[in-house]
Amino acid sequence: MRKEEKKLTLADIARFLEKYDVLELEDVTIKGDVELELGGSPGVALPPALIQALQSLMGVQRPQAPEGKELGELLPARFEAARAEWAGKIEEVTIGATRAEGGTRERTVTIGGERSLPFYNFDFEMPHKPVISLDCFDMPISLAKAVREHYEDVMEDPGEWAKKNVREFGAEMVTIHLISTDPTIKNTSARDAAKTVEDVLQAVKVPIVIGGSGNPDKDPEVLEAAAEAAAGERCLIASANLNMDYERIAKAALKHGHVIISWTQLDINAQKTLNRYLFKLGVPREDIVIDPTTAALGYGLDYAFTNIERMRLAALKGDKDLAFPISCGITNAWGAREAWMKNSPIKEDSDWGPARYRGPLYEIVTGLTLGLAGGDMFMMMHPQAARTVKRVTQMLFGAERGDDKAQKVEIADWVTWAGEVVKK
Amino acid sequence: MKLRSPMEIWGYLPGTNCGECGEKTCLAFASLLKERKRKLELCTPLFEARYAEKRKRLAELLAPEIREIEIGVGARAKKIGGEDVLHRHELTFFNRTALAYDVWDTMDAEELNERVRRITEWRKFYIGDFLTVDAIAIRSISGDAGRFAECVRAVAAQTDLPIVLCSFDANVLEAGLKEAADRNPLVYAADKANWKEVLGLVKRYKVPVTLFSPDLDTLSSLALTFSSAGVTNLVLDPGTYPTGEGLAESFSRFLRIRRAAILEEKKVVTYPLMAVPLTAWMRYGAENALEASYWEAAIASVFIIKYADIMILHSIEPHSMIAERTLVANIYTDPRRPVSVEPGLREIGAPTEHAPLFLTTNFALTYYTVESDISSNKIDSYLLVVDTEGIGVEAAVAGGQLNVGLIKEALESYKVAEKVNHKTLVIPGLAARLSGETEDATGWTVLVGPRDSGRIPDWMTTNWPPKSGS
Repeated sequence: MRKEEKKLTLADIARFLEKYDVLELEDVTIKGDVELELGGSPGVALPPALIQALQSLMGVQRPQAPEGKELGELLPARFEAARAEWAGKIEEVTIGATRAEGGTRERTVTIGGERSLPFYNFDFEMPHKPVISLDCFDMPISLAKAVREHYEDVMEDPGEWAKKNVREFGAEMVTIHLISTDPTIKNTSARDAAKTVEDVLQAVKVPIVIGGSGNPDKDPEVLEAAAEAAAGERCLIASANLNMDYERIAKAALKHGHVIISWTQLDINAQKTLNRYLFKLGVPREDIVIDPTTAALGYGLDYAFTNIERMRLAALKGDKDLAFPISCGITNAWGAREAWMKNSPIKEDSDWGPARYRGPLYEIVTGLTLGLAGGDMFMMMHPQAARTVKRVTQMLFGAERGDDKAQKVEIADWVTWAGEVVKK
Repeated sequence: MKLRSPMEIWGYLPGTNCGECGEKTCLAFASLLKERKRKLELCTPLFEARYAEKRKRLAELLAPEIREIEIGVGARAKKIGGEDVLHRHELTFFNRTALAYDVWDTMDAEELNERVRRITEWRKFYIGDFLTVDAIAIRSISGDAGRFAECVRAVAAQTDLPIVLCSFDANVLEAGLKEAADRNPLVYAADKANWKEVLGLVKRYKVPVTLFSPDLDTLSSLALTFSSAGVTNLVLDPGTYPTGEGLAESFSRFLRIRRAAILEEKKVVTYPLMAVPLTAWMRYGAENALEASYWEAAIASVFIIKYADIMILHSIEPHSMIAERTLVANIYTDPRRPVSVEPGLREIGAPTEHAPLFLTTNFALTYYTVESDISSNKIDSYLLVVDTEGIGVEAAVAGGQLNVGLIKEALESYKVAEKVNHKTLVIPGLAARLSGETEDATGWTVLVGPRDSGRIPDWMTTNWPPKSGS
């Protein structure tokens, strides 16, 4: 509670004790949180009724307008809100290395560094804006039509695909998923994967993310070879997780100067455990990004949101095991049937409209939701979805500060808006 | 709520452990009050005269930090506000964001009817129930009281949804109230120019009212003035700027108001908040409908998460409504609800020994989706629900929670072979990689079903019954 300037006399307090019949509250005590200067003895514990009474006395509560009196003008009030200060700070992680740093990237990307909840710039200015990495794959894969039509011409060539992500869709980073290495898909070799990574590094100059196939038996070998092929480039290696030989991946990342993603499945304790294992292996804190798992809108997004929000809050409160930038696989949104299915399988549903309108919106909403929970990096697919998530997050971040155009829209005019574009 | 522990609440209860409330002890009842899982009215002794003072104090102290108000009447009346926490995992959010879609008084009758019908009847199945939307906002574009009255009359006659009456002109608002005050509509809005007239109106008609000002001192002043005049069914609209710095500032106003209301006990701003993502359309115009609808849904998402209790939207295209309403469902789901369902063998419809046998996980969302897809399409079948620790199919295959050993054990422990005569198991398409191993380990024939259970009906036409010998 804010300290008040107004002085209280003991007579005032006595009057309130009487008025609120404090004898009734004899079993109730509150410890802490309440501070009141009483004759030089601070920190007195008071019953809630008394607290309210005192607040009222000190003017925290609204003054009552005299009954029946005509209101001539607005009662004055000021809005004040305290700043929240957090003990913890999220690690700052840089992905990509320029020539000067031993790589060949034209620029690097830094994420993390927060000391407040996402976009709470009034508490503490967010130091880095969230970043979007567009996915490409090392083989043609089955995609929803709305996504496929953007990549059809490049699906045979990961280098071209990566290039298109950057040149046409403005990707700040590119993720290459080495999905063909999965023994149940094509079982291509670790050497093939390393070659693909080299091709992508040649094709684009932005920092890259290297993703395995998700096969826990094969990924260590594949990601080790990929890490070696990309030595010095400070790629983000995705990922180490608990059900595989994460040690091999972590050591390869360490040896060849990469950042590693620590991936767990919607489980805070597992995330802490895996992160601690990585610390033990000597992985520096600035080389770790966490992926606590993304679930799609309507298919577990609530769990993903709360899991990430809790991790970020814990980190800000000082839990160093969780104080890392968060990566989110937003492309998972396309797993929601609403994102791609032509019609509802449920006969009683209202019309679902065209699937091609639904899909990108599912990706947008999933991305923004996890951005507001604490996500720092979004792996995405649909160009328009990526553009929208980028615009909104940059605006909330404050990248358009000083651009006061939007302020000039008379927003109250929404009531009479008749379809026109409201001029600046 | 002002009380921080069951012990504090317990101090106000009779302490007789009489059991009238259904709990064994007053302390147990106090814990449930703290979690807002019980109503105070269940403690009948507390309503005796001798406890009157305690009861009154307790009721005040238990009241949610954000005032709960109701708009509309009858079965579709909607409560908004009533929140107690800033983050859903701290307890839960209670009253989901009300989604109000707009109509306007310059629409021709047919167009208006069709739009009201679509909003009123819209529904989408989701985890065992139908999602619907919450309200219709009637905008006075004409500024003509007669025309607005006519529009309100038409809407009120056609829908049982709550109504929001939108105009800054008190005469127009009154014309609307004359038509629909008995529907307990939300009035939009009083601002620093018209507040006297609007205050008079809402006192007279006893309806909830929205206060508008992007200036938080002015907004606080309005709230203080109205509440001091005895009008406490208030909604605050701090303004929704659609883009740029304006959007960032709008967002920060929502955050700061709600945080002050919940943490700092600022009496003045403890009311439900309104966002107006419709302002997105002012930037894009009606002719850029798809982009405008995306931007509107994007802004809606931001404010559904933090911390709008009601919002006004324009696009009633299916993609907008499905995405917006699903996000509301997700954010406002009680996080204390279990993630998993009981594993076991379920009968869907009236399966015979020839009926197909589908496998799924015990993640609640997966289970209810599969179950509703099968039952809605009237496919009599068995559904084998295996214990993947509440993880969905794709993630459980990746994480190893769904594995061959588990499937084998489930087939045996639920005695599935006694129910069906075909020894054929249909596994989810997302678990395809387990098919070979499962056949080897169990001796059952494994068919790989579709990747999404919504396609089971199609899949059935070509794959069931299985060709003999396979």
